[in-house]
Amino acid sequence: MFDLDLWREIFQSINMNRTRSLLSGFTVAFAILLFTILFGIANGLQNTFKEAFVDDASNSIVVNSGRTTKANKGLQAGRKIQFKNEDFNYIKEEFKDKVEFITARVFKNVKASYKGEQNNYDLRAVHPDHQFLEKTKVYEGRYINQNDLNNRTKVIVIGKLIEEDLFLKTNALGKYINLNGIQYKVVGIFTDDGGDYEERQIYMPITTAQHLYGNNDYIDQVRLTYNPEMNYDQALSFSTLLTKKMKDRFDVARSDQRAIRVRNMAGDSKKINQMTFGLSVIILVIGFGTLIAGIVGVSNIMIFIVKERTKEIGIRKALGASPRSIVSIILIESILITAIAGYVGLLLGMGVLELVGPSLKTYFIKDPGVSNSLVIGATVTLITAGAIAGYLPAKKASRIKPIVALRND
Amino acid sequence: MLKIHQLQKSYPIGDSSLHVLKGIDLNVEEGEMVAIMGSSGSGKSTLLNIIGMLDEADSGEYILDGLPIKDLTEKKAAVYRNKFLGFIFQSFNLINYKNAIENVALPLYYQGLKRKERQELAMFHLEKVGLANWAKHLPKELSGGQKQRVAIARALAANPKLLLADEPTGALDTKTSYEIMAFIQQLNDEGKTILMVTHEEDIANMCKRIVRLRDGVIMEDKKVNQVRAEQYV
Repeated sequence: MFDLDLWREIFQSINMNRTRSLLSGFTVAFAILLFTILFGIANGLQNTFKEAFVDDASNSIVVNSGRTTKANKGLQAGRKIQFKNEDFNYIKEEFKDKVEFITARVFKNVKASYKGEQNNYDLRAVHPDHQFLEKTKVYEGRYINQNDLNNRTKVIVIGKLIEEDLFLKTNALGKYINLNGIQYKVVGIFTDDGGDYEERQIYMPITTAQHLYGNNDYIDQVRLTYNPEMNYDQALSFSTLLTKKMKDRFDVARSDQRAIRVRNMAGDSKKINQMTFGLSVIILVIGFGTLIAGIVGVSNIMIFIVKERTKEIGIRKALGASPRSIVSIILIESILITAIAGYVGLLLGMGVLELVGPSLKTYFIKDPGVSNSLVIGATVTLITAGAIAGYLPAKKASRIKPIVALRND
Repeated sequence: MLKIHQLQKSYPIGDSSLHVLKGIDLNVEEGEMVAIMGSSGSGKSTLLNIIGMLDEADSGEYILDGLPIKDLTEKKAAVYRNKFLGFIFQSFNLINYKNAIENVALPLYYQGLKRKERQELAMFHLEKVGLANWAKHLPKELSGGQKQRVAIARALAANPKLLLADEPTGALDTKTSYEIMAFIQQLNDEGKTILMVTHEEDIANMCKRIVRLRDGVIMEDKKVNQVRAEQYV
């Protein structure tokens, strides 16, 4: 099958007509360059979307409290609802088999200082399950555990950026930080995909915070993840039931939207999935559009090339070239030009993405780039594209009558 | 060698058709050197194209070396052209991006010969036309006479039974024309059968037989005393 002489013929033809070959390659290279950049940017957008929502577990449910807006059971509107430890325990017991992880949260803002450095940080006092809900990645030391809760130990887990802020590149693990006048031991350091804001958080055992900062058993928020075996509808009916029970527990009117607020991420993640799907479809449509434009471009130039080479093809036929050999010459030349030019475009595109990628973060484009599977896919597509682009002109060339081609003009 | 009987050909022009060949009878023996003459529109080029299998007749017989040429597929026509015929054109028709030796080797490539054999054979034929030193030159670096000699070497490369020349001296000055004719005569002396279209009397007189066409029929077919071209060179 491999015919060295045929390839020699083709390389000679490409080499001897450099301008022509470059010109036809340029269209494809440009199309692929555009495609790669578009694809990379779209990928970057997708990454940003995903990141904005992967911060927390996608099966999260958040329960918040506020003030009542309606009078109910003889109680006035405007009453403040305050969750306590007993409410947390109630949810935990009542929905035992539907809950995967559960934690309460108490929010505080603290002034933290270590040696000369100081800064203000948000603090979350939590249960151990919080680590899984927030997807906190502890890379040094440990997270809050049940023992800390039982003993109300003065320990904290800090984000990577706090370590950088306060400890100036020295290790924070085991050191003591002063938070609003009380010394806490750093037992763990973490990173979080949620970004800088999440990495400037301090975690503390909830019992310690309740004891030291208010001496009460108040809770600001309850977070939980539902059993992942539940489907979307089951998850929604679970959160509806949870809302109803909590409203009854606090004598809140069923129609009151403010007093007890339950947010189920299941609804959000469905929307995100739809959005990423929509985005993928748009990328594909644009990508194929550019590619088709490229194919048409090459096809056009190949037709022109065949026209330009009419005489040469006529001579070859007069000398005994079979129609098949003419088709192979044009077809392989087309495939070769398309594939090489396409690859140049792909590499250029990847280079551009690599170069400008970091500076695009401001425009919600994170880590733009193309995957290996896309490169393989592009190779196959390019060869097919070259074949499609070359087929019609090649067929046309094989039908050239030598007598017409050789007519003296 | 070549037998043609009642050959007819017409071309459609708009709604009507132009009757170009109106029944040609022609026999050419091996070793002959025939000039086909006629004014433009007489059908001489059409006749040569049909003999060269570049065009097909509407009706009539054409037998080349005992082989009837009829209803050829493109593939078969290509094989026959390659095996039996050598073409020499007025405008040389060399491939401009191939050098002299590559041009000469092209018919051998289509015969399926190995690269080394092609090179050797092509070089042999280039030597024969006296252009061995110009083997690596591109056509644009050669003079008109040299180009035509490369084209003749190419026509000879596949060792064809019949050489077809369409106004081989049409694009050359008189002196170069006689040089080329001297060379063609020499080929004929060696036994090659040659068929040539021309409208120049002096060139025609350098052949051994003149066939005159007018309006698609043969007006005259006579043997002539060959004028040797060497004496003018």
